[in-house]
Amino acid sequence: MQELKENNVLQPAMPKSWNEETKPHKFCPGCGHGIILKAVGEVIDELGIQDKIVFGCDIGCSLLSWDFFACDSVQTHHGRTTPVITGMKRANTDIIGIAYMGDGGGYAIGSQHLFNAAVRGEKITIILCNNCNYGMTGGQMAPTTLPGMKTETSPYGRDVEQTGYPTKGPEMVAAVAPEGAYVARGTIANVRQLKGFIKKALENQMAGNGISFVECLSSCPTNWRTNAKQTWEFVEKDMAQYFKVGELRTPQAKEGK
Amino acid sequence: MAEVSLQGEQRVFMTGNEVVAWAAVAAKVDIMYGYPITPQNEIMHYWTRLAPKYGKRFLQTEDEISAGFTMLGGVMTGRKAFTATAGPGNVLMQESCVMAEMMRLPAVYVIQQRGGPSTATVIYAQQETTLTCFGGNGEGHRIVYSTATHQELFDYTIKAFNAAWTYRFPSFVLGDGYQAKMREPLTIYDAESKGVKLVPTEPMVGEFKPGKQFKHLRNTYNTEEELYEVVMANQRDWDAMAPKVVEWYEKDCQDADVVFVCHGVVSRAAMGALDELRAQGKKVGLFRPITVRPFPEKQLADAVKNAKKVLVAESAYGQLLKMVQVAICGGKAEIVPMLRPGIGITTEELVEEYNKL
Repeated sequence: MQELKENNVLQPAMPKSWNEETKPHKFCPGCGHGIILKAVGEVIDELGIQDKIVFGCDIGCSLLSWDFFACDSVQTHHGRTTPVITGMKRANTDIIGIAYMGDGGGYAIGSQHLFNAAVRGEKITIILCNNCNYGMTGGQMAPTTLPGMKTETSPYGRDVEQTGYPTKGPEMVAAVAPEGAYVARGTIANVRQLKGFIKKALENQMAGNGISFVECLSSCPTNWRTNAKQTWEFVEKDMAQYFKVGELRTPQAKEGK
Repeated sequence: MAEVSLQGEQRVFMTGNEVVAWAAVAAKVDIMYGYPITPQNEIMHYWTRLAPKYGKRFLQTEDEISAGFTMLGGVMTGRKAFTATAGPGNVLMQESCVMAEMMRLPAVYVIQQRGGPSTATVIYAQQETTLTCFGGNGEGHRIVYSTATHQELFDYTIKAFNAAWTYRFPSFVLGDGYQAKMREPLTIYDAESKGVKLVPTEPMVGEFKPGKQFKHLRNTYNTEEELYEVVMANQRDWDAMAPKVVEWYEKDCQDADVVFVCHGVVSRAAMGALDELRAQGKKVGLFRPITVRPFPEKQLADAVKNAKKVLVAESAYGQLLKMVQVAICGGKAEIVPMLRPGIGITTEELVEEYNKL
């Protein structure tokens, strides 16, 4: 465990569930993945579930987290993390399964898995990083690319006539999941709130209620070609304007209806 | 109250799909993942009827991609799991098959071949032989049992689970629509009371014990050299395993002028042809690979070393033929193909083909 105080300055603690050997992590400077995964790590610590976690990661930038945690982890194929974690949980209900993926993995190539896992109410936790583009492959248009936003495959801006509107994943999951679902959208611009959502999502799985899904609005300055200020503005303002942050489904609210 | 397993030994009259479901019970499988496609559906039908009685589980997935990957999740937690498919479903499952190859996952797939390419027929073919042995981006590190009878469907389904959990390569039972749908007598049995040892499973992830080492399973490599080392290590394991798992059947080959080579259900027609022609005093033999992967290459070369002609008969256009050509390349026997994609081959047709030689 690291020394909290260095040169008489308090250092931020690394979550116990992080794999120290692989830090500093492999994500680009300014990437939101590290912030999301820190929230995940802190929640795992707080709930004391490090031994029970099986963390699955997708292809794309999320795959860089394959050895991020001091937890059992498995890296799968693009879009296939949802079925792999589903299969594990179905076979062994004692595990706490996290499927970690990007917007491409969840909303494009693996959308049929996400949709059907939601319909079936799989008792797993899906955490999806939405950064409006395909990062690992060099910044192509994603299901979540905002209208008019320039990417490598929409160089003149996303044309909604041709490519439709950005996918609203949590709204979709919330619409189709049976009772017991927990669905929220958080943002790296409000880490305290995001961490609360992730915690509830894992607690919901531990209670055996149903599917838990958290989308995290995240940043990709490398492919957005933005500086720090522009990056933060995009996450805080542009993304949040289209993708509304908050809880969409809680098991309690559903029961109260 | 869930019964622990199939009890004792029973003589039964069943369809091949029902046989597979019972074999999975006998192999003490924990969970099946599946998606409907003809002609394998009744494996799921019987499994879903048997499963609750034996304390077992089933998940119907959204497609074959998911059936394959949920199964991989299941085996990673140390549970015995399988899936079954055919035709276009087999195509979709290949993505999970290569992950199983590379990550050394003990996955079991039952393939009931149907006519192809594409949707084609739901009835019968041997056109998924190449796909089942070599589908996907990889080197075909798989074990593929091609069955011919219902007794073999039962025996080799159990064996496929044992092979998968022993060697950690994905294992396949390669049947077909004829075997799936026809009924015939066989003996089903509790594996262990018959002396068939069931290989124990173990979890790769999700095992809870104090002070455990966390595992990071991956399938992504940074450099060509890193990948090369992993693939070559798998290749070495596969090469070391191959002689231990390879299986074949041969009859009357050593003095034969003509040797029939076929696999799966076609070899039953060849057995008939062999009996008929031998009764006429014709010097014919039969060689049948039971494992089409690894292929019994040396055994075939030895079986046909005295033959003048090798008649390769299959319900596909040259998938077995290519394997035979590789195995006996440089030998003196002439290879005569009898290729009938998607069509059954009868004893009469084989005799007729023989008479044309």
